[in-house]
Amino acid sequence: MKKYAMAALAVSMLVEPLAAESVKIGFVTTLTTGAAAIGNDMKDAATLAVSHMGGRMGDREVEIIFADDGFRPEIGKQVTDRLVKQDNVDFVAGYIWSHVLLASRKSVLDAGKFLISSNAGPSAVAGKLCHRNFFSTSWQNDQTPMAMGEVLNRQGVKSLYIMAPNYAAGKNMVTGIERTFMGEIRGKDLTKWGADAQLDFSAELAKARASGADGLFVFYPGAAATAFIRQYTQAGLKDTLPLYSVFTVNALTLPGLQAANFDSVLGSRMTQSWDPTLDNPANRRFVSDYRETFGRVPSFYAAQSYDALMLIRAAVEAVGGDLSDQDAVRAALKAANYDSVRGRYTYGTNHMPVQNFYLREVVADAGGTWTTRVVATVYENHVDPYADDCRM
Amino acid sequence: MDFALVFVQMLNGLQLGLLLFLVASGLTLVFGILDFVNLAHGSLYMLGAFVCASLTFLTGNFLIAIALALPVMAVIGWGIERVVVRQLYRRDHLDQVLGSFGLLLVFDVAVHLIWGPAGIAIPLPAWLDTHIGLAEDVVIPVYRLLIIGTGLAVAALLFWLVHHTRFGMLIRAGASDRTMAGALGIDITRLFTLVFALGAALAGLAGMLVAPITEASIGMGNSVIITAFVVIVVGGIGSMKGAFIGAMIIGLIDTLGRSFIDDGFRLIMGTAAAETAGPAVSAMLIYLLMAVILALRPQGLFPPSGR
Repeated sequence: MKKYAMAALAVSMLVEPLAAESVKIGFVTTLTTGAAAIGNDMKDAATLAVSHMGGRMGDREVEIIFADDGFRPEIGKQVTDRLVKQDNVDFVAGYIWSHVLLASRKSVLDAGKFLISSNAGPSAVAGKLCHRNFFSTSWQNDQTPMAMGEVLNRQGVKSLYIMAPNYAAGKNMVTGIERTFMGEIRGKDLTKWGADAQLDFSAELAKARASGADGLFVFYPGAAATAFIRQYTQAGLKDTLPLYSVFTVNALTLPGLQAANFDSVLGSRMTQSWDPTLDNPANRRFVSDYRETFGRVPSFYAAQSYDALMLIRAAVEAVGGDLSDQDAVRAALKAANYDSVRGRYTYGTNHMPVQNFYLREVVADAGGTWTTRVVATVYENHVDPYADDCRM
Repeated sequence: MDFALVFVQMLNGLQLGLLLFLVASGLTLVFGILDFVNLAHGSLYMLGAFVCASLTFLTGNFLIAIALALPVMAVIGWGIERVVVRQLYRRDHLDQVLGSFGLLLVFDVAVHLIWGPAGIAIPLPAWLDTHIGLAEDVVIPVYRLLIIGTGLAVAALLFWLVHHTRFGMLIRAGASDRTMAGALGIDITRLFTLVFALGAALAGLAGMLVAPITEASIGMGNSVIITAFVVIVVGGIGSMKGAFIGAMIIGLIDTLGRSFIDDGFRLIMGTAAAETAGPAVSAMLIYLLMAVILALRPQGLFPPSGR
């Protein structure tokens, strides 16, 4: 008996290397610092995606390696290098922050790997620095504020004060709103960002009040959002200076705002390419399983991360698990032949999604939980403004 | 320039300065008296915010939570001194930096494990969570006034403690000559523990006060600790007066720089250039000040006497 067992073991050891190796995916996000909540959401969504695909892409197993960028470009680049060189991954996905993506992109692309951004969309990667192996499951930074500018024009807002963090994405957001908003910009502040970001906005809010603008447009992702909304509320600006935001109020910030009962946020509006209430089968499954597994509403970061994994699976399956033919993999990625939680979309010439942008509103759902719902569609199949700069 | 706006910005600067003072005073006490470089001082600031957040949700009142959290922070400081810091007094500064940096990482991860990765927003009582108009154009959140009041009161209390009490006399004696103070029968070990606990409570208080404005979040101390070091370098290491005046200068320069520097730049360069240069320079201002002080007066503006 023992002999047979040994023989079986020997055979299995011989056979093992012949079985298909797993598809390796590196996933870079922020798992420490105050932004860890975002990274955590993305990690949970990626894990859920892997469990939804039964741990396999086609007949190959999936191995996903998470890495922490510490909210810093230099660390992001370092862990990206490690994923590419040491772990030899096939795809690198993730990236919350535009400055981290910009610092890390070269490591992935020079090594001939595929890079899928699940959030960051700095103007450079959509335009001059576009690359055949780069794809996004999010948006280009300018697009969401452009949609907001459109909404403000329709509402008849005449003048704006603008606040955003001083880094690649913050600047893109400001450019975005300035592209479409037709009224007057009364002033703007770019505040310090990064692991030691400025979180006390008293000086800027005092300036905004003194500017006499009709409205205040802000972009404050992550932990800065709660800080901003609290100070905005405390300063009593709600009635004199209505707040219009992008990527600031979302499923990650709402529970904290609700726990602290900042009800001034109810009814506030923002634009986005995805919402938990979007009615399609993939989204229904994603949102309900996510809520059941993790006990919270997924954020857009989660949705885009889930999509990144699903996009990769669609490509791996389309080429029958053979990743050696890069052109075929690239073509399969570009086809975006999968059920995105935002609904089907296509890829533009620069590999940015051509997709809808919605106006969303903060509401209390049937269970009393604060969440968002879609009010209107602002853009249909919107192409980002940098696509023409891309020469591939 | 709009006078009301300048006035509001001065108040904002004062408030930032007082918060910095609370952190820097503990840092300067520990550095000046224990001769210990405590990079983990910012972790105490963070812990203060998280402990206060939990107690606020437990007791339902922010002010009661602060009253309870202060002794908790002192006890945590006492524990850290007894277990870790005490072993490092005889080592050189590099070992202390490494040791306290290790502590900082441990606390960041511990907070992640206990409270989770998301920050905690602390609810305020309704009377604090509003704003008042001091004049027609001068509207300021009530809570900011509370911070200013608390900061000034604590500063006064500290001066009284250091200059007019027996404990303060021992602190000053220990600072100027610890061997002699020990020879005269002062229990230096106990004194050091008390000073460290006091520093922990002060840093914790700053964290508790700032948490309702921003929120309690992991790593919140790591940015404030850098600014606090700038404050004590500018003010003179080991000097309470230096910490106070340094904190005021840094708070005002930082706030006024953020408010007015881009307007100033607009007078001498194009709007686009001013918009780019303004935020960059205003983020640098306090470090420029520190560089100037280090070049002209390396001991700081108000170095402690008798050393």
